[in-house]
Amino acid sequence: MKAAPFVLHGPKTVEEAAGLMAELGDDGGIVLAGGQSLVPMMALRLAYPSHLIDINGVEGLSKVGIADGALSIGATVRHAFFHHEHPQAGVLGRLLTTVVRHIAHYPIRQRGTFCGSLAHADPASEWCLVATTLGATAVLQSASASRSVEIDRFIEGAMTTSREPDEILVGARLPLLPENARFGFYEFNRRAGDFALGMALAVYETEEGLMRNVRVGLGGIEEKPRRISAAEAVLEGRPAEREIFAEAAQAALAGLDPMEDATTSALYRRDLAAVVIRRALEASVAGGTPKQ
Amino acid sequence: MNEPIMDKHPLELTVNGRAYRVDVEDRKTLADTIREDCGLTGTHVGCEHGVCGACTIIVDGHPVRSCLMFAHQAAGKTVRTVESLADGDRLHPLQQAFIDHHALQCGFCTPGFLMLVVGALESDPELAEEQLIELLSSNLCRCTGYQNIIKAVRSVASQLASRATGPGEA
Repeated sequence: MKAAPFVLHGPKTVEEAAGLMAELGDDGGIVLAGGQSLVPMMALRLAYPSHLIDINGVEGLSKVGIADGALSIGATVRHAFFHHEHPQAGVLGRLLTTVVRHIAHYPIRQRGTFCGSLAHADPASEWCLVATTLGATAVLQSASASRSVEIDRFIEGAMTTSREPDEILVGARLPLLPENARFGFYEFNRRAGDFALGMALAVYETEEGLMRNVRVGLGGIEEKPRRISAAEAVLEGRPAEREIFAEAAQAALAGLDPMEDATTSALYRRDLAAVVIRRALEASVAGGTPKQ
Repeated sequence: MNEPIMDKHPLELTVNGRAYRVDVEDRKTLADTIREDCGLTGTHVGCEHGVCGACTIIVDGHPVRSCLMFAHQAAGKTVRTVESLADGDRLHPLQQAFIDHHALQCGFCTPGFLMLVVGALESDPELAEEQLIELLSSNLCRCTGYQNIIKAVRSVASQLASRATGPGEA
């Protein structure tokens, strides 16, 4: 249970970090941010990077800001930052504060980072689901260039992203939500703090009692989170009512491709998909998260 | 000759207000370094991959898993371990509460629980009652069934939270 040997680098600037990635990225070098997934994988020898580029000391990456209608989150912003609502982030701030409580446990949230979750791209990642549902943008930096990538093109599959070996995910942008937006989140797992077996996030605006601009995201079921357009189509323009939520949850089942593992069958996850979507929608009329 | 990758590098750690000069490999965890190089064996090492919480310590005011940090990442940071809680023979109120409420049996998980709760209530004094339960689910205890730990923490939660802003507290 000890990590394989590696060389630890402690750059102080983004340029320095990008320079190290240009030199070492192709040779097994990888970014270390919160380390709450990477370090366990190293202890279990599932990962054995030859170089770790520790970005915790890099200036300017720990900032959260609002600009151009989006919340920008730097690469070393911890999950725990969202324990308290961001005063200017409105409904999005409330959404993030609701979801963060489902991520692992309190001490893990003190170190783990928002962007690290996106870069790790675990199918059970709450932040990957939030980013996908809301249409986030990933900001990547290499020694020679910077580029922004839509989250759907960034997350390619389970633990797989389109990040090039020499690139660093330096930040992410989440679009702010209008004041008339409602959201509901529901996650199912067997123990508190465990990986999600299935989860859903529903976000919509209400106009004269009808749901508009409906977004329904599903996570933990398939290899990557995605919006479920069949469910969204059922909900769009209709009142936020239980029967309609149930109809949308059933509609989501068509075309699902659930994962299977030793303890959880694909059939179980398929059923769970409908349950978490319905409960997320029900949570949206109960203030965001259901009473346990 | 060692591979350069296995070289030890000098490091100064500040643990419980005292400076320790140690010489450790890049891959050595903070937990192992505290125990083996600083000689502070109150911090226990259980699962070594962040699940059990026995190695929980306080780094710059936040409770974290010391098995998920490398020692060199703690350079320049303020580290507190369970050895910092008691003042001589006078136990910290949470330590006394654990005894009074029979919140430990074998004691292996206890240092982790103590540092988890002290760190969380100091940095988050407004932690709500239901969040205390969620907090305590962070660490594993195989003896007590948690109820007595919950009782012990509840009995001193408001006292600990007020220490967070009280005079003389860092």
